[in-house]
Amino acid sequence: MTAVDNTFNLPGQRAPLVTGKADYATITQDVCAIAEQHRPPRSWYIAFAVSVATLGVLGAAIVYLITTGIGVWGNNSPAFWGFDIVNFVFWVGIGHAGTLISAILFLFRQQWRTSINRMAEAMTIFAVMCAGLFPAIHVGRVWLIYWLAPYPNWLAMWPNFRSPLLWDVFAVSTYATVSALFWYLGMIPDLATLRDRAQTPIRRMAYGLFALGWTGSARAWHHYERAYLLLAALATPLVLSVHSVVSFDFAVSQVPGWHTTVFPPYFVAGAIFSGFAMVITLAVPARAYFGLKHLITPRHLENICKVILVTSLMVGYAYSIELFTAWYSQNPYESFLFLGNRPFGPYGVFYWIMVTCNVVIPQLFWFKKCRTTAWIMVVIAILVNVGMWMERFVIMMSLTRDFLPSSWGLFIPTPIDIVMFIGSFGLFFTLFLLFCRYLPVVAMAEVKTVLPHGHQP
Amino acid sequence: MIGPIFPAWLDRAKPLVGIGLVAVVGYVAALLYYGGSPETWRVGYSPRQPVPFSHALHAGQLGMDCRYCHTTVESAAFAAVPPTATCMNCHTHIAPQSRKLLPVRETYAAESTLPWIKVHDLPDYVYFNHSAHVTRGVSCVSCHGRVDQMEQVHVAQPLTMAWCLDCHRNPEPHLRPPEFVTDLNWVPEDDAVETGRRVREQLRIHPSTSCSTCHR
Repeated sequence: MTAVDNTFNLPGQRAPLVTGKADYATITQDVCAIAEQHRPPRSWYIAFAVSVATLGVLGAAIVYLITTGIGVWGNNSPAFWGFDIVNFVFWVGIGHAGTLISAILFLFRQQWRTSINRMAEAMTIFAVMCAGLFPAIHVGRVWLIYWLAPYPNWLAMWPNFRSPLLWDVFAVSTYATVSALFWYLGMIPDLATLRDRAQTPIRRMAYGLFALGWTGSARAWHHYERAYLLLAALATPLVLSVHSVVSFDFAVSQVPGWHTTVFPPYFVAGAIFSGFAMVITLAVPARAYFGLKHLITPRHLENICKVILVTSLMVGYAYSIELFTAWYSQNPYESFLFLGNRPFGPYGVFYWIMVTCNVVIPQLFWFKKCRTTAWIMVVIAILVNVGMWMERFVIMMSLTRDFLPSSWGLFIPTPIDIVMFIGSFGLFFTLFLLFCRYLPVVAMAEVKTVLPHGHQP
Repeated sequence: MIGPIFPAWLDRAKPLVGIGLVAVVGYVAALLYYGGSPETWRVGYSPRQPVPFSHALHAGQLGMDCRYCHTTVESAAFAAVPPTATCMNCHTHIAPQSRKLLPVRETYAAESTLPWIKVHDLPDYVYFNHSAHVTRGVSCVSCHGRVDQMEQVHVAQPLTMAWCLDCHRNPEPHLRPPEFVTDLNWVPEDDAVETGRRVREQLRIHPSTSCSTCHR
């Protein structure tokens, strides 16, 4: 179906974003068919069973943690933050691509976003859910988690507004809310399509409920597009603010290796980097599996690879600036950490995995062959996320080497730590597979606006 | 479209929405009412004690000092409940045959203790030190109310964390010269805040509001 190579433009003529003989009818048919299958293929069931089993293990681990206490993790003085916060930052980072694609690329009129935005936004929301899980159980006594919120109470207790941990609560919850709203708003016309095609009363009622009585009239479209534009403008600063605030959790403290002004942009770049890598990881199998190669074309994938390459350079720049500042400042604690402990200390191997996966390997995307070959980009994307997890781990381990050698220590994860990290993928993929089963995986209404015949007389 | 989106019976279910709304409003109202009511904080809690000891009689009419029985308030965290021997100091001679005092005489003879019921009971995760307050000019009445007028002791103040912090953040209206702490009837001659400020300066009172002051 993808006979047309749309990864380069002829002079004076833009390559089409959607290839093949796609028209209004076939796009609706192709996308709706995925959600309308009476029985999904066996492979969906296998993937779903594995995901739900992993989710179950996560649930059991959480029950064990809550009933026993957070001592089941390896966190202990001096590393009060361990896998839990590493996983939190990892998942929040992944949750950045969706809103970047849907909001920022929308404002910049990057039409190629239309084929991948739905999937990326779903990924964002599920990743933020995985992220939110970890700090929630990290507080230990989860039944008192409402203390995080400023509400009038008989304890005369108010959250500490000078603490970045509180800013984090607001930043992440705002981001989750706006992303979910944005995702849902964008889906309303497509839900109405599914409603109108539904064959059973239950499906008709379920989609009908969430389609909010969408009629598709010109007036409805007018309001809808205004609302979408406004939400995009609201969501745009959030893309940058969330991970900036997450970085404040570290940068506002005084631990060597954390107390750095480069952190906010460095974290945002890293988040977009890992988020786009996750989009590749999900979109490449999905387009092949669901027969969407004419909608999510090599051009889309190549664009994503270019974003990964650019953000990889930014992340690499941040790493080198950290090293330079440590050397140039001649601050003994900084130089010890960056020039001694991180690359050659007990966690040195993770540092080098991080550098290899995040800075060296993505350079392959300079080659067009790598940007257009599906399996190569998936392998690179997975390695990028391995590297990004390592980055957060390496940052976290600054805690084990602070100013006083008397308070040095080591963090060693327990099996529960590892099980919970793996289990969070169970949560993520369970939600994603349910999304693929019941919701329109491509924004049909938006893709139809970029069809070649929509622009040619 | 093949048929109607929603089945017809959904129209008949519309009243459920109203019922749901009423239920939500009712729930919130009940929550606010119960959460804000003094009983939630056990204000007015007044258990019947094994002996009908009247503070109104002893501390009020007879004018006994609190510290005659609660001997440790100035030197210890805990305000001691007196042993029956203290009661018998007087009641060997006063009303020695009283039926009401039978449990006192019995426990005195058996060298055991009266099972008094604790009225002001703070949670175990709160550290409270009587001596730190009593010797610094915080009167008994500030927390326990007019015990000298109570036939049967009841809780007079909510004893919530907000209530503790109110005073820790602004102690002056509640301070008095330490020699008057057990005089529940005492009122300052001039402005209470002014008096409190002088006491505060004199005794260098810096009430801490950090978590570990009370949660150790």
